[in-house]
Amino acid sequence: MSEGQIKVAYWPGCVSRGFTPELHGSMAIAAQKLGIELVELDRANCCGAGVIAEHNQELADTLNARTFALAQQTGLSMMNICSTCQGAQSECQQRLDADSSYRAHINEVLSGQGLAYEKDKDGFTNKNFLWLLVEDYGLDRLAEKVTRPLGGLRVGPFYGCYVVRPKERLGYDEHPDRDIYLEKVIEALGGEVVEYDGARKCCGFPVVTMNRETSLRQAGTHVGDALDAGADCLVTPCPLCHLNLDMQQPEAAKVVNRDLGLAVLHLPQLVSLALGAEPKELGMSKHIASTKWVEERLAAVPA
Amino acid sequence: MANYTLKVRRYQPESGEGAYWEEFKVDLDPSLSVLDGLLQAKDRDDGSLSVRCSCRAAICGSCGMKINGQSGLGCKTQIGEAQELANKMAGASAGEEKAVPTEGAGDNTTIVVEPMGNMPVIKDLITDMESTHWTKIRRVTPWLLPHGEAPEREYIVEPESMIDITQSMACIQCGACVSSCLSMEADPGFIGPAALAKAYRFVGDPRDAETKERLHDLAHDPHGIYDCTHCFSCIDACPKGVAPMDQIMRLRRKAGEEGIEDPNAGHAHEMAFVKIIEKKGTLDEAMLVQESYAPGIKGKLKPSKRSIRETIKSLPTILRPLRNRKVKLRQAIPGTHHKLPGDAMQDVKAIYAHAEEHNEEFNLYIKGEDEDFVEPEPDEMAEETMTAEAAAAAESEESQS
Repeated sequence: MSEGQIKVAYWPGCVSRGFTPELHGSMAIAAQKLGIELVELDRANCCGAGVIAEHNQELADTLNARTFALAQQTGLSMMNICSTCQGAQSECQQRLDADSSYRAHINEVLSGQGLAYEKDKDGFTNKNFLWLLVEDYGLDRLAEKVTRPLGGLRVGPFYGCYVVRPKERLGYDEHPDRDIYLEKVIEALGGEVVEYDGARKCCGFPVVTMNRETSLRQAGTHVGDALDAGADCLVTPCPLCHLNLDMQQPEAAKVVNRDLGLAVLHLPQLVSLALGAEPKELGMSKHIASTKWVEERLAAVPA
Repeated sequence: MANYTLKVRRYQPESGEGAYWEEFKVDLDPSLSVLDGLLQAKDRDDGSLSVRCSCRAAICGSCGMKINGQSGLGCKTQIGEAQELANKMAGASAGEEKAVPTEGAGDNTTIVVEPMGNMPVIKDLITDMESTHWTKIRRVTPWLLPHGEAPEREYIVEPESMIDITQSMACIQCGACVSSCLSMEADPGFIGPAALAKAYRFVGDPRDAETKERLHDLAHDPHGIYDCTHCFSCIDACPKGVAPMDQIMRLRRKAGEEGIEDPNAGHAHEMAFVKIIEKKGTLDEAMLVQESYAPGIKGKLKPSKRSIRETIKSLPTILRPLRNRKVKLRQAIPGTHHKLPGDAMQDVKAIYAHAEEHNEEFNLYIKGEDEDFVEPEPDEMAEETMTAEAAAAAESEESQS
């Protein structure tokens, strides 16, 4: 695919700078190893995660229009590293793109800030790192960069709902394989794909404060299914899934009443490992579910 | 014509045996449906293969089933498309040893057909709709509750308000959304997407007089509107574009507008989220946890028993990352997460002021998308004119007869 230099307006999201700081750090390492230039949108705001839209749809749409406008000011397309950001932002973008008078109404308040969201400006897109990696960077180019093939590491993909549904909103007409990209990336990195029931299901995070048991039962079930299918680890492009699958894993184990203990990697961590980065610099020691087993398997294949 | 193999999950209660898989080879045009394939198998191979169906045109809602794990209607899923999806998914997970093609079916893998999920199976592909689906539908009082004397003639309402609820009225009660629901998989007590979409049909109806009572009831049920995990499965499963999850979110919005506080603290969580972004521009997770359980704990309100219980339950989840140095101590203290720079915060506050003033809901279902005007091709126009003429001719004939 494209051999050119990739430069993107980068929206890291809130959680990568909060409860999953290892994601923010490992994305920087992955970008450096891949040769992707990140222009961080450090003045952009939270996407609302669907929750603000529940309260006031116009508020969510305007907040995200501001983020898009900030990205458009750089003249670059936008990249995010969170399935939830992708889904919440795509939802707002769909409404903004649907109607010019609604867009004008939203831009009223942005114009006071010297900003405007313009539909299709310079072919503006907003893509999760996973989509960018496959569609713009290219799997062949990725495979060429691999210095430490994952040597048969058995990886279970975990997408996060917001990058797989609803298909009509998330560009599946144009890119029908977006729900099998993780499998493609795992293979390109030399890993082995583990098939299990939960790959495209919900981690349960959105209801963790409202219905803890429903939430943790979902997380625990998927982790358990992946273990039963022989996974060495999971990989996810969504830090909120990571919170429920990793940070809450010991609690989820109690709810599903079984031993768990499965490493959950952020997508940039898995990519960086195959590109020669060390687990420690990727913040893997900060995870709640131990990544020791993954590190031992990788140690057998020197970088 | 093309060959397909349907791998059907079968079950006969009278046999005393558990469910099992059986493969049927069928031969039909790719544009025909999976239901057509099943009926061919029933006709040619095994008359006992049981499937519920009637109209075969996505109107009656009888043939809900799972095809390659996706919930939908058998009659609305083309077998050729089902085959493509089956091949794609098999190819994605099989890695280097690609999926083994079925004998006599070219490179094709099997199309997996199962009864709907989240419901008991009566026989083969026939599920018990009564015990889950219809019980939950009745749970939401699915009839109009007007107050006062009925008008002498019809009720007069704004057309737009009725268009709004036609989206949920489009439901054909097939149960595909219930089958796909990931919250119900974890909590069978969840009222679920079909019944909650039906609830919105009455909450959004301008003739209904008990909207607030309905919202209060749905918010106070621990398995009600705040039990939806926002997974979008029902939106993709619905063959009629009802988008049940969107209706659930609108129920939450309306419940919030009514100021209804629920025992699951769903509304408190929503408000905490909204206020934190207004204050900081990005999300302070520690503050969200604290405020969701016990809003204004610092002196304003006494925390409820639930909030104390839930906060204690969440402590290990907060303490573990502190031990691993994943989260620094200052991050775990609510209110200490970083804030956007001052001028950016002013922008965010201006957006809040503007949006809270208007609070516009842009409903794509009602308004549709801007149509980019395309000049029709000359022959298309001719055809259209002819059709219009033909229609006019037919109409005059009809009026003459």
